[in-house]
Amino acid sequence: MQNKIRFVFAVLAVMLVLVGGISAQEPTTLSMWYHGAGNEVERGILLGIIEDFNASQSDWVISLEEFPQISYNESVTAAAVAGNLPDIIDVDGPVMPGWAWAGYLAPLSLPDGTLDNFLPGSIGVWNEQVYSVGLWDAAVAIFARRSVLEANSIRIPSLEEPWTGEEFDAALVTLQGTGEFEYAFDPGMAWTGEWYPYAFSPLLQSFGGDLIDRTTYLTAENVLNGEAAVAWGEWWQSLFARGLAPLTQDSADRDTGFIDGRYAIQWNGNWAALGALEAFGDDLLFLPAPDFGGGSTIGAASWQFGVSAASEHQDGANAFIAFALQDEYLAAFSNGIGLIPATSTAAAMTENYAPGGPLEVFYELSLQQAVLRPPTPGYANIALAFEKAAADIANGADVQDSLDEAVDTIDADIEANGGYGFGG
Amino acid sequence: MSAQPVRTRHHNWYVLGSYTLLSILAFVFVFPIVFMVVSSLKPDLQLLRDTASLNAFLPIGDISLNNYAAAFDRAPIGTFIFNSVFVTTVTVLIGLVINSMAAYSFAVLRWRGKNTVLSIVIATFIIPFEAIAIPLLLIVNSLPWLGPEGLQIGWLNSLHVQIIPFLVSAFQIFLFYQFFRDLPTELVEAARIDGASLFQIYYRVIVPISGPVFATAAILRFLDMWNQYLWPLMVVQSERYRPVMVGLQYFFQLNIAWGEVMAYLSLVTIPVLILYLSLQRAFITSIATTGIKG
Repeated sequence: MQNKIRFVFAVLAVMLVLVGGISAQEPTTLSMWYHGAGNEVERGILLGIIEDFNASQSDWVISLEEFPQISYNESVTAAAVAGNLPDIIDVDGPVMPGWAWAGYLAPLSLPDGTLDNFLPGSIGVWNEQVYSVGLWDAAVAIFARRSVLEANSIRIPSLEEPWTGEEFDAALVTLQGTGEFEYAFDPGMAWTGEWYPYAFSPLLQSFGGDLIDRTTYLTAENVLNGEAAVAWGEWWQSLFARGLAPLTQDSADRDTGFIDGRYAIQWNGNWAALGALEAFGDDLLFLPAPDFGGGSTIGAASWQFGVSAASEHQDGANAFIAFALQDEYLAAFSNGIGLIPATSTAAAMTENYAPGGPLEVFYELSLQQAVLRPPTPGYANIALAFEKAAADIANGADVQDSLDEAVDTIDADIEANGGYGFGG
Repeated sequence: MSAQPVRTRHHNWYVLGSYTLLSILAFVFVFPIVFMVVSSLKPDLQLLRDTASLNAFLPIGDISLNNYAAAFDRAPIGTFIFNSVFVTTVTVLIGLVINSMAAYSFAVLRWRGKNTVLSIVIATFIIPFEAIAIPLLLIVNSLPWLGPEGLQIGWLNSLHVQIIPFLVSAFQIFLFYQFFRDLPTELVEAARIDGASLFQIYYRVIVPISGPVFATAAILRFLDMWNQYLWPLMVVQSERYRPVMVGLQYFFQLNIAWGEVMAYLSLVTIPVLILYLSLQRAFITSIATTGIKG
């Protein structure tokens, strides 16, 4: 009898183990692509988030694949052609509308209120839906030295009262006239590609122009080649014609020119701020863009997370993104790689962007002055057309002709693509 | 005064002029390599500042191997170099066999439609790889592959996807064809009379006297494959299979670490230099021969 009871218990135990095994399902693996290959700090922070997420629940496991930033977009495009996209995609802000329009991305589905405190530049919206969100943003400012400005009786501007266009121009002329610098202003001509629309189109916007008519997103006519844009082009050209800024520059000059004192002031991003601070300490100032009449503006939107439209596990992908948006991770990225945390509460947790921190002004710049590059699938073409026009103008080409050519290129592309979904 | 010493003096001046010119040219070509190696030993700030003077070419200042250590920390360089060496070596070796045999067929054998096929092969020269990259991607993505993990559809994320599409090369076939065509026909005829098979003629007669063209084809193919960038970018999403040129991009961050870039480039240049130096005599012979024959 005892043997029978033992047998029954043994059978029950085996059944329980089997049932337990069946009910405790293996977690589903979600693939994630990220642009930060080669950046050990970034990788370490991201792996930490993934580890925390994997440990926080039992439904999903994130598998990370890293790509070099320079060729990341090409890799994603090729993978999309081959139908091989991952579940979670990292996407550069201005590129996002193109990928959403092309069907690579699905709208995000995050808990209500998740993005309430986020910088506007860190939220990727296309077609009135949020497709991506970033843990940080980036901002540009004028790097200058207090001692240099004061020695030349140049007013130190503030966020509330930036330099006017005339003041800025006069400051450049004054600084050039001292003979102490090779050039008064370093706009960053060594950097090509996305730097042009990101860094220079805000100046165009401050003149009253823009890259495209944002009321329709169907044409750049009268916006990129109107009176205001031509005024910007003429001023831009004069910077080089008057010898206030270097027309050509190598990367070494860009990296060391301001620090070595060859340039009086520099147009640069928060990612270069710590290096300059090391060199100049308290003497260094981060100043807002000059106001040429249309306001003091800077570019916005950096890398963000999105969910692949081809993902069979979009709920899991959204769960990971929602998890990653915690302040502690935003602050960790900021402390690690120097970028601006996407929320004020995360900024308060950082070394550099907390109130009183050395880079605090960049958070305010992002909050108050950021203007997104046009959120349209045609942006990639707009960026190329603008870069060519700005480079041609700097090299002495006719301003009106160069801008007209850019408008023709942009409009033709929009027409060839059926308006990219705009205009009904 | 006889004419002989004058000729000798002229000859001496000619030699001196030639050597001077060649030395200048050598410096022009060597300087970038010297700059790369020397820069790989300097910290970034010093490296950038030295570019403004001849110090850029001198191993002076704060010299160390720190950039090499940092480069190995930043990227799996060993994996990248292994992948490139494997992909390149296999492609070159198999490609030499396939393409030389194809050229042998065009140059030595007699078969109907040979010239038409050869024209078609040569015509493919004018099609840039970029034009066929997307169709090729779609093709390899739908092909089956039997590997250790069983039958799979699609070749993406593998080493063979970086090898197989590049085994056959129209340029190599043409290069071999040109060389084989000019070989003495008596050699082939004599081998035939001796009863040699077509493969024996290729293997025992043609190949042994074609060292220079094999060396040239190997070097040119090696460079092509070593510098592969677009194709691996499209078909490889896994770090495990990335080659050196895609790996180079690991070093281009927001603030570029130029010293590490130079260290990485110095490392990945070594295999190319080794191959070239080991085959340079045959390479030069082949180029010279081709040049003479026009």
